[in-house]
Amino acid sequence: MSVPEARSMGSASEPLPDAVDVAIVGAGIMGLALAYHLARRARGLKIAVIERSYLVSGASGRNGGGLRMQWGDAGNVRLMMESIDECKGLAQELGINLWFRQGGYLFLARSEAGEQRLVRNAELHASVGAPTRLLRAAEAQAIVPQLDVADVRLASFNPEDGVVFPWPFVWGYASQAVKHGVALRTHTGVTRVEPSGERYTLHLSTGERLTAGRVVNATGAWSHGINHGLGITLPNRPHRHEILSSEPLKPFLDPLVVDLGSGLYFSQSTRGELVAGITLPDAADGSDTALTLHSSLRFLGHISRTLTRLMPVVARMKVLRQWVGPYDVSPDGDAIVGPSPGHPRVIQLCGFTGHGFMMAPAVGRLLAHWLADGTPHPMLTRWDPSRFVSGRAQRREDMIIG
Amino acid sequence: MSDRIFVCRCEDVTLTEIDHTIARGLATVEEIKRYTGLGTGPCQGKECVALLCRILIDRGVLTPASAQPFTARPPVEPVTFATLAASEDEEDA
Repeated sequence: MSVPEARSMGSASEPLPDAVDVAIVGAGIMGLALAYHLARRARGLKIAVIERSYLVSGASGRNGGGLRMQWGDAGNVRLMMESIDECKGLAQELGINLWFRQGGYLFLARSEAGEQRLVRNAELHASVGAPTRLLRAAEAQAIVPQLDVADVRLASFNPEDGVVFPWPFVWGYASQAVKHGVALRTHTGVTRVEPSGERYTLHLSTGERLTAGRVVNATGAWSHGINHGLGITLPNRPHRHEILSSEPLKPFLDPLVVDLGSGLYFSQSTRGELVAGITLPDAADGSDTALTLHSSLRFLGHISRTLTRLMPVVARMKVLRQWVGPYDVSPDGDAIVGPSPGHPRVIQLCGFTGHGFMMAPAVGRLLAHWLADGTPHPMLTRWDPSRFVSGRAQRREDMIIG
Repeated sequence: MSDRIFVCRCEDVTLTEIDHTIARGLATVEEIKRYTGLGTGPCQGKECVALLCRILIDRGVLTPASAQPFTARPPVEPVTFATLAASEDEEDA
């Protein structure tokens, strides 16, 4: 038995230098994937990651673990093709078990509008080389025999889409970032960020101070706090989303299934649990700026009624636990990544609208190249935070689920 | 016979794994749950969390005053989708 290196995944007592080149606030999958790639790309760069709570405490530990190429915007399809490709080698690269399983995503449309979306998406996916195909109801049922497809008008399936167990990603990126020299401090909040000359001073909840040449705001649904203190006005807001998991069963369900009409999605994780979430119909806009993250019985009732209608066989399955996670919702459905308006050395890495986890493997690498080499990547510049100031924001993405 | 000692019987988490986790610098029940999967099986921590706390106190990682269980998630016991589907809508818990 090898003895693991002490504090190899950060800790509350991790020593911090007084000054770093890049301070990343937030040790979710975004901040850690960026730290890992940046440390590899730019050796000698001093990097610190500061996390208010424990690792996996935020949205990175609360999401459903789905990865899909089936998006409504070509840029997102291309990005997710890269991210899924990256995941294929990631278990070996990070030295962890990701429980990555490519069982596909199966979208079901029951309305004419939903049918048109799937047709439009399939044409788009073909144009960028994603292997999505349209299926009749009977063909969808051949993939998931337990489905009631009586009123399904059309389905779409992409066999490259899949699911992971989210937690190990965070540990994997954390331990590799630390191995490459990143200082990872947990259980420490950043109470204020203040400009000081060409640099920024970070005031920490422990009373410590840290100065940084550049600051990355990777705090997702919590990002408003730091931005507000700097006078950076961005329109992303936290929304509350509920999810559950069941008792583990032997494998019976290959794809992650999405019912477009109800916003229900469910998959079987490699651990065997059914993981399921849904859009709650009466949550006006879902805003939850207080981020209370309380579970509701209303969610359990609503999702159970919708799920047992679509897949009656699950009626006798048991729910083990439910929880809540925040979506960091951007008004146009696109993420918010890059230099901040008025503060070009404060980099936003936010606004992923509930789908950041699946994008992080690609985004962490692309943003690290940008920060290390100074060359912005077109996959990221479309997410320019200044688009809201200049009025260039426009809705491109309509495949937001959950 | 194996000399492995299981702390979490639902998810097969052993004492050796807990010691590894402590050695890597993780020091709270929430972190150890998320690193090892302890407490995420059918008992949802009812059998293992108290034992884990005792181990962490024995190892000097926590004190009796600082030991906290992880956040309890509903339902208290496993419930079928059929039962939940028949439940009345209520205000948020």
